Amino acid sequence: MDRNSNAYTFIFAIVTVVIIAAGLAFTATTLKPLQAENVRKEKMQNIISTIGVDANRDESAELFKKYIKKQLVLKADGTIDDAVDAFTLDLKKELHKPYAQQRFPIYLAEKDGKKYYIIPLFGSGLWDDIWGYIALDSDKNTIVGASFDHKGETPGLGAEINQSWFEDEFKGKKIFDDNGDFVSVKAVKGGAKPDDVHGVDAISGGTLTCNGLTHMLEERLKNYVPYLKKN
Amino acid sequence: MAEEKEGLFSKKNISLLTDPLNDDNPITVQVLGICSALAITVQLKPAIVMALAVMFVLIFSNVIISLLRNLIPSRIRIIVQLLIVAALVIIVDQILKAYAYDVSKELSVFVGLIITNCIIMGRLEAFALGNGPWKAFLDAVGNASGYAIILVIIAFFRELLGSGKLFGYEVLGHKGRTLAESTGLYHYGYENNGFMLLAPMALITVGVIIWVQRSRNTKLIEQ
Repeated sequence: MDRNSNAYTFIFAIVTVVIIAAGLAFTATTLKPLQAENVRKEKMQNIISTIGVDANRDESAELFKKYIKKQLVLKADGTIDDAVDAFTLDLKKELHKPYAQQRFPIYLAEKDGKKYYIIPLFGSGLWDDIWGYIALDSDKNTIVGASFDHKGETPGLGAEINQSWFEDEFKGKKIFDDNGDFVSVKAVKGGAKPDDVHGVDAISGGTLTCNGLTHMLEERLKNYVPYLKKN
Repeated sequence: MAEEKEGLFSKKNISLLTDPLNDDNPITVQVLGICSALAITVQLKPAIVMALAVMFVLIFSNVIISLLRNLIPSRIRIIVQLLIVAALVIIVDQILKAYAYDVSKELSVFVGLIITNCIIMGRLEAFALGNGPWKAFLDAVGNASGYAIILVIIAFFRELLGSGKLFGYEVLGHKGRTLAESTGLYHYGYENNGFMLLAPMALITVGVIIWVQRSRNTKLIEQ
């Protein structure tokens, strides 16, 4: 058959596409369970890392069960919605719903007899989604740990939000001021004052990512204020 | 066919493997694949994984295209090449996500961007379409290694000078909040050069490598 005829070109194109599509579909389906499992374990790992439990991905599921006592989903007014599962709730989708229909997951953890409240976060960085978890002490005010991650922030700059030196800055910061009003925690460009309990040093070169992070903390945490004040 | 009779490791074949390392380096001589050389060389580890991913894709695509070279209709050859490269890249991405999750997160979008790496399309078009699979294999290994060497050199300097680390380890000492808290070089007032972390410095580093290479290898200098 003439290699330059139209018929040959069409047949070749169709056969190639079908073979490649089948190959890709096969790869994607076989690897899907493994990938989903990685994502699930990583989420557990991140959640428990905020209360100071260092787990590798394989043991995270077991430790998650051990430390996380309750997984609640809150309505906007702070009451509990039993119909929704906290762990599988997709925060990104929730954000697109009208405020009254949004649900806010919270994890109640217990470690060495102390209670912690772990709040998942979700927002936008400079290039793409950023997310994280923040753990509050039993006073529901002091942060005991934070864990952040991102999809596509600039490596070496904004991407540093998932590094422990940045996450550790949040330890001991407070989300309510002395009058009990909600103020959140901000990443301050140029460095926060040493006695500022509501500010951490932003990352130099990563200002836009840090602004997104500040915004995320404020927007997400404020939804939990009714619950934290009530209980 | 005299060509087919030559040994597997004849001089000509070996030069396919070694030329791209120096005289015909894809980055410093052909100036291809610069985009990824700038993007993922902030740290050594992602640079090495990226180099391995490019090697995988280049070897397989070069050999596959070389095997199909007498079947591919010339009018759609570029699309066919792209299709095969894209399929291989997706496979790499999926495998990394399943078996090397942390690394795949670090490389994020750059794995997908291997599709647009000019080195790959360049080798397919210039070499694989006209040569047998064994030669295509050697050519792919050679070019991917040439790419890898430059990537590692750039990443070495950028990570060392930009963040004082190598593979994430603080080799120049630890930088504390004050001089007294700092150890190593930082104790004497050394500062990391944040500019090294930005793309322009990667380009300048490539320029310096090209300069050094040409001053040592005079046959590369154009008259």
